[in-house]
Amino acid sequence: MLKFENVSKRYLETGEVLRDVSFHLRRGELAFLTGHSGAGKSTLLKLIGVMERCSKGQIFLDGENLSHAKEKHIPYLRRKMGFIYQDYKLLQDRTVFDNVALPLVIAGYGHHEITRKVRAVLDKVGLTGKEKKFPLALSGGEQQRVGIARAVVNKPPIIIADEPTGNLDPELSAEIMRLFENYQQVGVTVLIASHDITLITKMNRRVLKLDHGQLVAS
Amino acid sequence: MNKNPNKRRQQTRDIKTPKYAKPAKSENRQNSEAGGGVADKLNAWRDLHAHALFSSLGRLVASPFSSVMTIAVLAIAISLASGFYLVLVNFQQLTNHLETSTQISLFLKEEVSDIRASKLLESIKNNPKVQQATLISKEQALEEFKTYSGFGSAVSALKTNPLPIVIQVLPKNSLTDKNELEALQHEFQQNEGVDQAQLDMQWLARLQSIIAVGERAAGLLNLMLGLAVVFITANTIRLELHSRREEVIIAKLVGATHAFIRRPFLYAGAWIGFISGIVAWFIVTVMMLILRSPVETLSSLYGGHFHLLFFGFVETIKLIALSTALGVIGSWAVLVYQLQRTKPE
Ligand SMILES: Nc1ncnc2c1ncn2[C@@H]1O[C@H](COP(=O)(O)OP(=O)(O)OP(=O)(O)O)[C@@H](O)[C@H]1O
Ligand SMILES: [Mg+2]
Repeated sequence: MLKFENVSKRYLETGEVLRDVSFHLRRGELAFLTGHSGAGKSTLLKLIGVMERCSKGQIFLDGENLSHAKEKHIPYLRRKMGFIYQDYKLLQDRTVFDNVALPLVIAGYGHHEITRKVRAVLDKVGLTGKEKKFPLALSGGEQQRVGIARAVVNKPPIIIADEPTGNLDPELSAEIMRLFENYQQVGVTVLIASHDITLITKMNRRVLKLDHGQLVAS
Repeated sequence: MNKNPNKRRQQTRDIKTPKYAKPAKSENRQNSEAGGGVADKLNAWRDLHAHALFSSLGRLVASPFSSVMTIAVLAIAISLASGFYLVLVNFQQLTNHLETSTQISLFLKEEVSDIRASKLLESIKNNPKVQQATLISKEQALEEFKTYSGFGSAVSALKTNPLPIVIQVLPKNSLTDKNELEALQHEFQQNEGVDQAQLDMQWLARLQSIIAVGERAAGLLNLMLGLAVVFITANTIRLELHSRREEVIIAKLVGATHAFIRRPFLYAGAWIGFISGIVAWFIVTVMMLILRSPVETLSSLYGGHFHLLFFGFVETIKLIALSTALGVIGSWAVLVYQLQRTKPE
């Protein structure tokens, strides 16, 4: 599903941030990406979303070569990935419903289908009845679930989360993790960047460990 | 962070789901809806456009101060350009009328005496094609030349008067055609006392060349003002884009194409141009109304049938369409440039 082949990333300002990273995530696999702060976790995820381009090597998503993707094609690639961020990246002046509907509006769905899909996903993440609320009126855990709902509403084959539980207490974190496990069980590939060691140990899943830009365990 | 989301929500709803997608409304339709076919997608596309069209207007209304400022500047620029154009159109109209008051100057031969000249004058006055004819004697001509040429003293030093007798002929008003005038000129030329018959259209030619210069200048001015409109709109849209940067980035992150992100901003540019065009039309029309009465007084003093021309229907449509187009061009240019550079961090 997701394959890195000898990927390096060099920034002009900071030099080589990722060095010769290779791994393969199979369809329906759930894995953690871990490592110290500044190890290059976020950078690796940005390469998947083509927010950055790799300097060397190749990345394949579902057989497609991301490193050669044309600028015009990137939006369509991103529609196949569900990205989740530590800071949620929600639109504060839109309701929960509108935030979650955004990917569907962009993809050109009609309003019947949008309504149906958004309600279904809000049910799934446990936000039934909150659709008319604004993000600021929600708790951190609820906002993160809005972010997750937005990421999965279009049923992407892969979910990529950058520190999804960074701001949440252990109980909420566990709840979010259970959600990811649910998606994984229906065949969605999930990659979660995190340095919450306790959580990762408890989950007992595959762990990709970065150290100064190099993959030291996979 | 936003303290009053409800209020801001009304102002900013571009990438927001179109209104009718609100959950409550479509509840009862859910059963009849079978997974969204082509029609649903087409409707979605149309809804997005309609939504962008009105939400962008809503945004302008929501920030009245800056909108009014921008539109005022644009309207002034557009009214300068179109006002200049209208003045030229009026001048052209003026020369059309002036063509009728052309005169013919007959320069008589040296040997023609004063008595023979006045006989000739009489016969010319009797010509049915002639409205009026006046004789300028050698002495009168010399006086005039002294006063107007600036060679006064030099001329005084001359022993003989080198100037011929001149008869100025004003053809009948009905004689407007250039060929007819030239036929008349030819007729006078045949007269044996006449050395040269000159159709006096030189000053008209001069006026026309001045107008040609004016036209060229107007063209350049309009080009500059058009560019100004494009740049001002571009800058307005750039600021708008900047203030909604976060929204643009999030839209990009969830797979929005540039076309999708551009749409509401293009509509905003179109609205700005459209409204400015209308305001400019009003400015110019009011200015022409203010000018109308003095111009018509002036024209009546010259026995003129001159009426101030205003924008016609077609010109009004053109003016507004052109301003709208300039607004779109301005915002499009800045969007193409800025969206490439707005990278998700
Ligand atoms: N846009 C950028 N330009 C230059 N250097 C960058 C850029 N983004 C990240 N870096 C550098 O790359 C390195 C890795 O950053 P990255 O954000 O991937 O780390 P991380 O593993 O996600 O850390 P954290 O756990 O703190 O989020 C850092 O040293 C950082 O300074
Ligand atoms: Mg990070």
